[in-house]
Amino acid sequence: MNAERANHPEKLIFEYSVPGRGAEDQWPAPADGDAAADLPESLRRAQPPLLPAVSELETVRHFTRLSQLNFSIDTNFYPLGSCTMKYNPKACNQYAMLPEFLARHPLAPDSAGQGVLECLYELQEMLKAVTGMQALSLSPMAGAQGEFAGVAMIRAYHRARGDLERNEIIVPQAAHGTNPATATMCGCVVREVPVDAEGDVDIAALTAVVGPKTAGIMLTNPSTLGVFERRIEAVARIVHGAGGLLYYDGANLNAILGKVRPGDMGFDVVHVNLHKTFSTPHGGGGPGSGPVGVAARLAPFLPVPVVGRRGERYCWLTERDLPQSIGRLSAFCGNIGVLLRAYIYMRMLGRDGMARVGEFATLNANYLLARLTRSGFDAAYPGRRAGHEFIITLKRQARELGVSAMDFAKRLLDHGQHAPTTYFPLLVPECLLIEPTETESKAALDDFAAAMTAILTEAAQEPERVTSAPHTMPVRRLDDVRAAKQLDLTWKPVT
Amino acid sequence: MAFVPHTPEDVAAMLETIGVESIERLFEEIPATLRIGALEGVPEALNEMQLARLMSERARRDGRQSCFIGAGAYEHHIPSAVWAVATRGEFYSAYTPYQAEASQGTLQLLYEYQTMMANLTAMEVSNASLYDGASALAEASLMAVRANRRSRSQRILVPSTVHPHYRRAARAIAGNQGLRFEELPLATDSGCTGTETLSRYEGEDITALVIQQPNVFGRLEDVDALTDWAHARHALAVAVVNPVSLALLKPPGNWGAKGADIVVGDGQPLGIPLSSGGPYFGFMTTRLEHIRQMPGRIVGRTVDADGRPGFTLTLQAREQHIRRARATSNICTNQGLMVTAATIHLSLMGAEGLRRTAVASHSRTRELVAALSTLPGVRRRFSGPVFHEDVISLERPVGPLLERLAARGILGGWDLQEHYPQLGPALLVCATETKTADDIERYRAALDQCLREARAA
Repeated sequence: MNAERANHPEKLIFEYSVPGRGAEDQWPAPADGDAAADLPESLRRAQPPLLPAVSELETVRHFTRLSQLNFSIDTNFYPLGSCTMKYNPKACNQYAMLPEFLARHPLAPDSAGQGVLECLYELQEMLKAVTGMQALSLSPMAGAQGEFAGVAMIRAYHRARGDLERNEIIVPQAAHGTNPATATMCGCVVREVPVDAEGDVDIAALTAVVGPKTAGIMLTNPSTLGVFERRIEAVARIVHGAGGLLYYDGANLNAILGKVRPGDMGFDVVHVNLHKTFSTPHGGGGPGSGPVGVAARLAPFLPVPVVGRRGERYCWLTERDLPQSIGRLSAFCGNIGVLLRAYIYMRMLGRDGMARVGEFATLNANYLLARLTRSGFDAAYPGRRAGHEFIITLKRQARELGVSAMDFAKRLLDHGQHAPTTYFPLLVPECLLIEPTETESKAALDDFAAAMTAILTEAAQEPERVTSAPHTMPVRRLDDVRAAKQLDLTWKPVT
Repeated sequence: MAFVPHTPEDVAAMLETIGVESIERLFEEIPATLRIGALEGVPEALNEMQLARLMSERARRDGRQSCFIGAGAYEHHIPSAVWAVATRGEFYSAYTPYQAEASQGTLQLLYEYQTMMANLTAMEVSNASLYDGASALAEASLMAVRANRRSRSQRILVPSTVHPHYRRAARAIAGNQGLRFEELPLATDSGCTGTETLSRYEGEDITALVIQQPNVFGRLEDVDALTDWAHARHALAVAVVNPVSLALLKPPGNWGAKGADIVVGDGQPLGIPLSSGGPYFGFMTTRLEHIRQMPGRIVGRTVDADGRPGFTLTLQAREQHIRRARATSNICTNQGLMVTAATIHLSLMGAEGLRRTAVASHSRTRELVAALSTLPGVRRRFSGPVFHEDVISLERPVGPLLERLAARGILGGWDLQEHYPQLGPALLVCATETKTADDIERYRAALDQCLREARAA
């Protein structure tokens, strides 16, 4: 965030537009005559589309200025819970963008891609190793698509066994919204189970809900509440005993990387968010990547394509090789460029580095939790160890001081701190879900704790300053109601 | 390595604050039986210097070929400015703009993107992206079921001239919710979808008709007639389009009397490198009346507490984090960085640059097909106009020929044998503005050689 820019809003690119201007050096030479005269008039465009007519410098300057209006990991502490906003090493970008990798066509023969395929094959092997799974497909393009693939495989597995009634997916109350939405996309019905006061799944409720219609259960561990599900072995026994399968949502894998594996906990399917645990960039909202790993009994159903090895040659395995596959989730092979970044990251970490990730992510979370509770904040689950993230509830401050979790979040921006995740999970009132990640220093955590403490003091003395925050951003609080009621979704020229 | 900055003194001080003697204690809630030792299967760490060498060696092994394959992914010139700006840390390492005040850069860019895509497709509104073109077709089909309240059948008609990978992905993703994708037969003489193949659906309840323009063969469909056919039967028209082609071809919003209802496609041709298949991005535009059925994120312009303009995510009640099991889709993370690149790319190209790219690609493909057709046994498979791809017929199996070409550094096209055996030996070729007359002549000469060798063998 460039403070100087804060009060100089950037025009829209269209407002720089001047007819006749353009980055002409980038364009092909104009054709002689009408080179498209063979196309029937009825199929041709009559009016050119309204796009900007701007120079290259104007374009570069405009988008550079826009970038400066963002908070990012490279510029700010970004403790967004459940998102694992860790440092994205520059090497991952640089070496995934080598010209040969960028130029390779998805339908080029395997013989012209042994380098990239070898990387992807080794990535599959490493992901199997860290999750404890027997087979894996890299094709899902985000966590939610990995979830889709996982639940679709669970359904396909039951169907292949003639077990046609199993269409219920169990999710804990605090599950990420993508879990129930995924179950719906797979044609399943969602059954929610509550968690107890300490944050563990309510075993009695789970026992009551499983049965002959249970397809499976979707869990993260540590859970979205930031604590490890201590009775995971019992959960696995109950669900497996009822004929269901266990799905591991890899959103929180960073907490246990190199320490525990989902496969050892009893999970049958796992998706991994490479843009979280394996540090591929979040890119302002993607691209992500959600490889999905499975136990042997689900391997025939993996989404295609999958990288295989025949002798010394690497190749794509398709529908022909995996006839029971749930199918193809993308036009080609998923987000290869993201996979390469994760591969590079994993090679740079190596086996010891993996364990350090889990250790220092957990150390940072527990340290920040201790700092905040000592400063007068309430942990949602006192007495529990934090995983790689934890929840602070501001219920008491909201009641006593009239400042909400949202107010704290907005005021943190004025302190140069990106806000934690707010109001998720929904079952904890006025909550902040805080995930510092292992790449932050003690000093960065101390700064965040100091900002929170300062806001708490301010909330007691001058609450309006907090409830009207932010004060130093390019805009003040936005009118979301107006945004939804008076829809303005595209710019239109003034006529 | 692990990009962990802690000194031993930091660790000691932090443990003291927490009140434990070791990091190990922090994992005490995890049952001991589940803990693992060293991670077998993960190699030892490489430092960046070693890593650089490894990756450069692997990239070199892949080499560079002269590529005449299209089939849904196209080689276009990408200005250096596109990725120089898109990979700035402020774009690259930010997340979804949930905290609007600290994300105005990404949000304004998405608003500009939505405007560009709406204009390019001649539709009213756009979302902020989906994963890719194929998964976007799946989402469009699901959306059509929600939006077409007059239809109960969940039947989606899909011509065989729609890219086969798109058809497969749509079925894999949307089939679980009971949608039925019914394929219209291929007219092997024209390579297009004739309205006559639709006659057997007269009087039936159809939810939507998918229309790909240009179709998988590069051929131009009679989009006006197909769109009007759909509307006359209360079916929605779902367009699948190539964004570069829209600088030259009639945009879906102008198809037929009323225009298409939902438009999707792959944004890859707009500044996204081929990268073996991804990451690309899917785009989706529609009419305003359907906005609440649209999946994915949408950015709106509004005002702040001082009445100044600003941007925010809007209509979030459609999305999984609010609506959960009743959301329009499970999509969360989309393809933000690709959209950032495409928005910069579209700004640099403008309408005129994009039109020249489309025209040059069209011309190069015609020149390529003309050159190849001079060879004995090689001819154009279909007559009639194409955009920047075309099908050529050969007299012997295509696979071995492609291998011979690849050995000469030429990727000759996409063999249609697996998906369209009824066409006989047929090859889908593509030449964009990046190809020169020399490139085309090299391909012609190499194919000539390969055909001679094949005949001699």
